[in-house]
Amino acid sequence: MNMLSRKASQGCHGQDSSYFLGWQEYDKNPYHPIQNSTGIIQMGLAENQLSFDLLKSWLRRNPDIVGLKNDGVSVFRELALFQDYHGLPALKNELVDFMAKIRGNGIKFAPEKLVLAAGATPANEILMFCLADPGEAFILPTPYYPGFDRDLKWRTGVEIVPMHCSSSNGFRITSCALEQAYQQAQKLHLNVKGVLITNPSNPLGITMTKTELNDLVDFAIDKNIHIISDEIYSGTVFNSPRFISIMEVVNERISVNNTTSIWNRIHIVYSLSKDLGVPGFRVGMIYSNNETVVAAATKMSSFGLVSSQTQYLVANLLKDKKFTFKYMEETHRRLKRRKEMLVSGLRNAGIRCLKSNAGLFCWVDMRHLLSSATFEAEKELWKRILCQVGLNISPGSSCHCCEPGWFRVCFANMSEDTLKVAMRRMKAFTDSNISAVNDGNKRVHC
Amino acid sequence: MRLLSTKATCNSHGQDSSYFLGWQEYEKNPYDEVLNPKGIIQMGLAENQLSFDLLESWLAKNPDVAGFKSDGKSIFRELALFQDYHGLPSFKKALVDFMAEIRDNKVTFDPKHIVLTAGATSANETLMFCLAEKGEAFLLPTPYYPGFDRDLKWRTGVEIVPIQCTSSNNFQITEPALQQAYQEAEKRNLRVKGVLVTNPSNPLGTTVSRSELNLLIDFIKDKEMHLISDEIYSGTVYNSPGFVSVMEILKERNDLNDCGAQVWDRVHVVYSLSKDLGLPGFRVGAIYSENDVVVAAATKMSSFGLVSSQTQYLLSAMLGDKKFTKNYISENQKRLKRRQRMLVSGLQKAGISCLKTNNAGLFCWLRWSFGRRYSTEVRLNISPGSSCHCTEPGWFRMCFANMSEDTLNLAMKRLKAFVEESNDNRCSGFEDGAGSGLGWVSTSTFPPFSLTLTPEKNQTSTPIKERKTLQSQGGFRQVSTGPGDCHVRYASGSSVTPVAVKTLLSLRYPTWRPPDPFYN
Repeated sequence: MNMLSRKASQGCHGQDSSYFLGWQEYDKNPYHPIQNSTGIIQMGLAENQLSFDLLKSWLRRNPDIVGLKNDGVSVFRELALFQDYHGLPALKNELVDFMAKIRGNGIKFAPEKLVLAAGATPANEILMFCLADPGEAFILPTPYYPGFDRDLKWRTGVEIVPMHCSSSNGFRITSCALEQAYQQAQKLHLNVKGVLITNPSNPLGITMTKTELNDLVDFAIDKNIHIISDEIYSGTVFNSPRFISIMEVVNERISVNNTTSIWNRIHIVYSLSKDLGVPGFRVGMIYSNNETVVAAATKMSSFGLVSSQTQYLVANLLKDKKFTFKYMEETHRRLKRRKEMLVSGLRNAGIRCLKSNAGLFCWVDMRHLLSSATFEAEKELWKRILCQVGLNISPGSSCHCCEPGWFRVCFANMSEDTLKVAMRRMKAFTDSNISAVNDGNKRVHC
Repeated sequence: MRLLSTKATCNSHGQDSSYFLGWQEYEKNPYDEVLNPKGIIQMGLAENQLSFDLLESWLAKNPDVAGFKSDGKSIFRELALFQDYHGLPSFKKALVDFMAEIRDNKVTFDPKHIVLTAGATSANETLMFCLAEKGEAFLLPTPYYPGFDRDLKWRTGVEIVPIQCTSSNNFQITEPALQQAYQEAEKRNLRVKGVLVTNPSNPLGTTVSRSELNLLIDFIKDKEMHLISDEIYSGTVYNSPGFVSVMEILKERNDLNDCGAQVWDRVHVVYSLSKDLGLPGFRVGAIYSENDVVVAAATKMSSFGLVSSQTQYLLSAMLGDKKFTKNYISENQKRLKRRQRMLVSGLQKAGISCLKTNNAGLFCWLRWSFGRRYSTEVRLNISPGSSCHCTEPGWFRMCFANMSEDTLNLAMKRLKAFVEESNDNRCSGFEDGAGSGLGWVSTSTFPPFSLTLTPEKNQTSTPIKERKTLQSQGGFRQVSTGPGDCHVRYASGSSVTPVAVKTLLSLRYPTWRPPDPFYN
């Protein structure tokens, strides 16, 4: 008899991809400006480390909050006992305000439609459990976040059907590609329950256009399926065009057409891990217009509630509107600056990036550095960059990109100086690469 | 095509049981010393509110920790970024040390074998995902924590097969009961992957004995299955015979060469700080297993419910303070013991006895023969044994650590007054919910009460099939019917007598005969 479940004993949790292997190499030999200046620079981690000084100064001004006090009175006891899966009302009120602000206050969100979960990771898994049975499928545009292979599929038994986007149109979603993915699912006898988009996109770093969103909504109406919009990077939009949420597009439709049933099939996932840079605090959420989904997801959140200690901290942080306004403004400014540093540094090395306006990374075109237009060549190039250049970047294949030669390079998880070092190394590599690019027999080991 | 999943639209999240219905009554009319002194006192919540002062005083002495500081230096950044599912090393070390201390250091735990999860709820579900496929089963001794019906089954598709325990031996697990449960599973074509016990037991409030633990290990060895020991209440043992963990038994047997290495791979412990430290809101749970594959898989699965790094850090400092933990563990147990004594003596004065082996947990397991009147007349919320899948009717769980001493005293006063008054009115009781007892309850005073008229089992009269509203005929409403059953609720202030009810029912259902005790 099988002692353990299949889930436990097989590698079906998607964690043997290069995404994670690069991480391991970095852990063995991490860069440090003084102690290990030849070490590997981590550029595969989509973290926002640019604005901790702002958060820390807020904490210094508000010692009572971390001390679990409210107006000098201890609320420790109440928080220690608070395990209501409906979440701390004060926090939910602040979160809906914050989400509305990120969307230019063009949409109003209702706190009772918000479900808290310990990060976007459980939020996405919960939505799978609520919307699909094992063996059913969701369409995801590629390239997509490698973690989805685990988060959406592992314990739920749900399948992912990729919808391939290409550089020919800037990796934009088209009705044609959506339809093609749907047909592919039919061929595989998979029942498609919805489409999951990440907007702004990881790894592309671009916000979706109104056209794309409308095409998506048309598609979802036609096929009678759900749309999940993972808007975890919505607060990292640092350039025009402005962020347009799926909710805005659907709201417009309803006021024009009165088509309400799609309303019930729109779900947003959000988290504070990227905007506020606090992934360790595990604050994620689902927003849904569908009462049944909200009710079921609320109960499922029992399996991953947000610590009440953290709920209290975040509620108070977001309540300080003056602070959050300044924080968002400053963070956007810093992200924009960093991105421009990366883009110009890469340009200097003869490398171009997809024009981006959001996220913590750029989608970098290194097709011209491949020895051949194959994924094998991409892997070779990735290994060379990891081991020779000493940069851990994420190969497009780990994001299921259909074109070899694209890489995701993060820019917000290191100091400016470190980024400069990385750019110097890249330039040195491409300079020498011009002579060595055909040296395909060279084997690279880390 | 169905819009949502089966899981989202079914009811197997177990949240429609009487456990939660009683809770709803409480929510509508909660006791408050000042604002609602006649309200329902919550005694259905297994929370430990007795030792917050100890935690608060530690926090006051260590303000830096909550302020994200370590040796005066801010570590906010490091904590904000820390989402490694291997957990904060200092916290894991402090936690395993704490777990060892609770077990009198008779067992030690390796931090490399512990997996942190957002509460025991998450830990238990994760173990199900790791150990069983959809459609396979775990055996659980009854009565068990109602939450298991959701936690173990809902999203995993795993089944629960009960191991029936009875009052004849204080609800201890026996060999015949284990075998019977296993055979029951076989009959239902369910492959059994293991046994899950809660030790100390919820709702019994007793520690599992050495002989039961040895029995369980023998059983899982023989059947080659797993044993999960949910030891969430391990720090709440306040009386002899003291807490014995399954790990201790394994160690003993290992020393005696009685069990092979394979058994070590199949025993897993679940723990949490929700009961011992009274911190359910902080979501700190853990799985401990010597099985490397289980630890590896569970670690990755913990991504779906990590413990906030802010909380890990706070507790790593608190539990790392050995002077504090030593004092906390013993003081907490002292207070629990005192509270339990208060409850037991209060119950005794009301002529109610609870399980005499009660030596742990935050509750007592007792017999109650007045049905729903605990809610309607005594105005206490207690948990019916039926919601814990107890096969014997009339057992209830009553919590004692989630209110102040004064409130507990008041609850005991109400209980005593009620029982005395009931005896005056010469009622005979009936069992709530699961029971099919014969008998009825009535008083001619307010407030509303329920009357269950259940014909004897051998009666062949036409069962009452329809649900009818009798409100217009005498001021009472028929609440629900099943074949042969009729639950009739009397409106407040009505002057209905049992004879009137009988007359009315006989008129409507001529072939139905009331049971003999009806005339009492």
